Amino acid sequence: MPYQEIKLYQAGTFVAGNRLLDPDQRSVQARMERSNTLTSGHRACQGCGEALGARYVLDAAMRAADGELIATNATGCLEVFSTPYPESSWQLAWIHSLFGNAPAVATGVAAALKARGRDDVRVIGQGGDGGTLDIGFACLSGMFERNDDVLFVCYDNEAYMNTGVQRSGATPPAARTANTKPVGGTAGNEFGKGKNAPLIAMAHEIPYVATATVAELRDLEAKVERAMEMRGARYIHVFVPCPLGWGSASRDTIRIARLVKETGIFPVFEAEDGQVTSVSKIRRRVPVEEYLKLQRRYAHLFGDPPQTEVIARIQERADRNIRNFGLLAGADEGGDLPGSAADVAGDTPGQDDPSRTAEQETNLMRLMASSPHGPQ
Amino acid sequence: MLRQEEGSRAVAESVALCRPKVISAYPISPQTHIVEHLSDLVRTTDLSPCEYLMVESEFAAMSAAIGASAAGARTYTATASQGLLYMAEALYNASGLGLPIVMTIANRAIGAPINIWNDHSDSMSQRDSGWIQLYAESNQEALDMHIQAFRIAERLSLPVMVCMDGFILTHAYDEVDIPDQKAVDDFLPPFEPRQVLDPAEPVTIGAMVGPEAFFEVKYLAHAKQMQALDVIPEVAQRFAIDFGRPSGGLLREYRTEGAETIIVALGSVLGSIEDVIDEMRQAGIQVGALGIKSFRPFPLEEVREALTGASRVVVLEKALAVGRGGIVSTDVHEALHGTHIRCNTVIAGLGGRSITRDSLHGLLERAGRDELEPLSFLDLKTELVEHELERAHRGTPSGPHEQNILNEIGVVAARPH
Repeated sequence: MPYQEIKLYQAGTFVAGNRLLDPDQRSVQARMERSNTLTSGHRACQGCGEALGARYVLDAAMRAADGELIATNATGCLEVFSTPYPESSWQLAWIHSLFGNAPAVATGVAAALKARGRDDVRVIGQGGDGGTLDIGFACLSGMFERNDDVLFVCYDNEAYMNTGVQRSGATPPAARTANTKPVGGTAGNEFGKGKNAPLIAMAHEIPYVATATVAELRDLEAKVERAMEMRGARYIHVFVPCPLGWGSASRDTIRIARLVKETGIFPVFEAEDGQVTSVSKIRRRVPVEEYLKLQRRYAHLFGDPPQTEVIARIQERADRNIRNFGLLAGADEGGDLPGSAADVAGDTPGQDDPSRTAEQETNLMRLMASSPHGPQ
Repeated sequence: MLRQEEGSRAVAESVALCRPKVISAYPISPQTHIVEHLSDLVRTTDLSPCEYLMVESEFAAMSAAIGASAAGARTYTATASQGLLYMAEALYNASGLGLPIVMTIANRAIGAPINIWNDHSDSMSQRDSGWIQLYAESNQEALDMHIQAFRIAERLSLPVMVCMDGFILTHAYDEVDIPDQKAVDDFLPPFEPRQVLDPAEPVTIGAMVGPEAFFEVKYLAHAKQMQALDVIPEVAQRFAIDFGRPSGGLLREYRTEGAETIIVALGSVLGSIEDVIDEMRQAGIQVGALGIKSFRPFPLEEVREALTGASRVVVLEKALAVGRGGIVSTDVHEALHGTHIRCNTVIAGLGGRSITRDSLHGLLERAGRDELEPLSFLDLKTELVEHELERAHRGTPSGPHEQNILNEIGVVAARPH
C-alpha cells in the first residue's frame, strides 16, 4: 500500500492539534484549569482578533504567574468591549487609566508590588497599536529603558478601530482607513511612513521581544510563557485582524493572520537582549495578493484596472522581510538570522573580522535601516 | 528639631517621614531639589522600602503614581508649571479614580513666554481637576501640610496638591521644625487603600461608565470634597495638638477684628501682607488679611464669616483668568453674595514680578479711599503694553510681543524689578 507522509500544514491550520501532543505540551486554552481571564459575554465583534489574542495571552500569563497577575490596559476596543459598567469580563485585577499611559501605570503597579514585598505578583500591560506605538510610545519607551518588570503586549490591528478606523503609525501602505481613503488619485495609506515597534523595542535591548499572530496561538502562548520566565521589560507584538476595520469576513480572521506570515508581510520572530534568536519560517510561500484580496481595505488595488505597481511594492516589502529575517524554510541552516553572528559577518562568512564586535552593535541599526517603515 | 533648612529639603524630609512606598518624578524647576533629596534618601535606604521611579515625563510621573496607588502603595510626586499641564489628563484620572496621591506643586508661571519664576497660574489652571489644593504660607507650613495631606488624602481617598511658591519658598533657607519619625507615625497611620489591585480579590478599576452612572460617580468626587471641608480642619486641629503648632486648615485670619479692609491672598505673599498690615495698623488704619489655605474645596461659608464686618475686600491673585480677570475672586464674590461688601480684584506678581511692601501699602491705601477699579493689575507697566498694542494696531507685522517689550525696556533677559 503506497504510503504518503502527512505534513501538518496539509491539515489546513498549520497547527498541531492538541490531541497529537503530550498532555504537558497542550495549550493553556485546552486545559480544564484555564483561568478564562477575559471571560465570555464581552462585546467584541464577531471574529475579533484582539479578543482572541488577549484571551490566549492572559490565560497563558495567568498560568505562568500561578494566578498572581495584575493587568493595566490602555483605552481602546479591548477596554471598551470588556468593561461597560458594571459588567466586567475581567477575571483578574485590572486597571484602565488613560489611552497613552498603560505602560507607565504598569510601571507604577510593579514598583508598588516591589516596595510592598510582593514580587510574586506579576504585571502585564496591554493596548492596541494606537495606544502602544502612537500616543503611548513615550511611556512604552520609558518603561523599556528603565527595564521595569512589566510584560507589555500590543494587539496590533493596524489602525484606530475604536474611533472608527483612522490611520495609526502601524497602518500599512496602501490600506484604506477613514483618513487614508483611496480618493483624489491616491492609493490609500502612503508608502514610506509608519514605524516598526518590535524593532524599536529591540533597540532598547530589553530582555525579550517577540511577534506573533492569532493564527498560531500555541506559538503565542509559548512566547508569553517564555516572557513570563524572565524579569524586566518584555514586549510581545501580536498581529490581530479586525473584520470591521479591514472589511474582512469574520470567518477569515485566522486565515488572514496565517497569510500575513506566509507572505512575509509580518515576520514572526523572537529576540533577546536586542538580538533576534529565532524566526518562524514560512511553510508555504504565497504572493501578497492572497493576503490582500481577503480585505476590503485593499479593494481599490484590485479594481479595473488593478493597481499592479502598488501590489508589486507591497510584494517587494514582503520579499525584503523574507531576506532580512531569513523567513524561508531552510534558510536557518545558514544561520543568517537577523542579529545572529553569521548575519553580522555579512558577506564575509568565516572570516575573522576584527570589527565584528562593533558591527554587532550596529546590526540592529542595519536591520532597522533596511526595514524602516514596519514589517508591512 | 529646629534647623536652618532649604524649603525643598525640608519638604523632602517631611515627605520621607510619611514613609511613601513609591515616588515617581520628572525634573522641572523649581521642584527639582525636593525630588533630588528624596532620591538620595531612597538610594541610601534611609527611606526604605521605597521605589523611586525616574520617569520620562510628568505624564508618566502621574501615570506611574496612579498605578502605584491603585496597587496599594502610599505614593508621592512633585511638579510645577508646564509639568503640571503635561500631566493634566492624568490628574483628572487620579481624582476620578479616587486615588490618594500627594503631590507638591512648586508654583511657577506658565509659558509662553517661557518663565521659571513664581506665580499661581499652574495650580489655578487645575482648579477643577478634582484634587484638593492646599496653599502653604511658609516653609514650616509647607512641610507640615505634607504630613497632613497624606492623612487627608487617605481618609477621603482623594488626591491632594500641596502648593508652595516656587523659589520664594522652595529655595529659601529658613528655620523649620522637622518632627521626629515617631510623632509622624503616631499621626499618620499606615496606608489602608479603599480599593486595591489584588490578585486574591480581583477588581476592575477604571471601567467605562455611561450616562446612567457617570453623573453619580462624578458627584461623589464633589461630595468627598465637601466632606474635606470638615476633614481638613479636623486634621489641622489634631496636628496642632500632636505637634504643638498651628498649620494648615481652611483659612487663617490675620488681624481681621475691626478691619474695614481685608486683603485675601494665598501662599507666601501673605508674609509681606502681614508686615504691611502691622505697619498700617500701627498708623491706625483698620486693615486685616485672610489667607486661604484650602482653595479646593473652597470654604465658602468660612470665608463669608471671616469677611463679614469688613466694608471692602481686596483679592490679591497671582494668576490671571485671561478674558475675565480673577480666579479666586470669583469664589470670594460668591462667598460675599447678598452682602454689601465691596470686592476688588488685583492681579499681581505674574511671572515672578515682585510684590513689594511699598506696592502693597499703596494698594491698601487706594482701596481705603475706594479708588480701586473692580479689576486692577499691580505694578503693570502700562506704557509698555500700550506701545505694543499700538504697534500691533498699525497692522504691519510687528514681531513677537516678548521681543518687542524686552527691546523697549532695554534688556534681553529678566532683571530685578
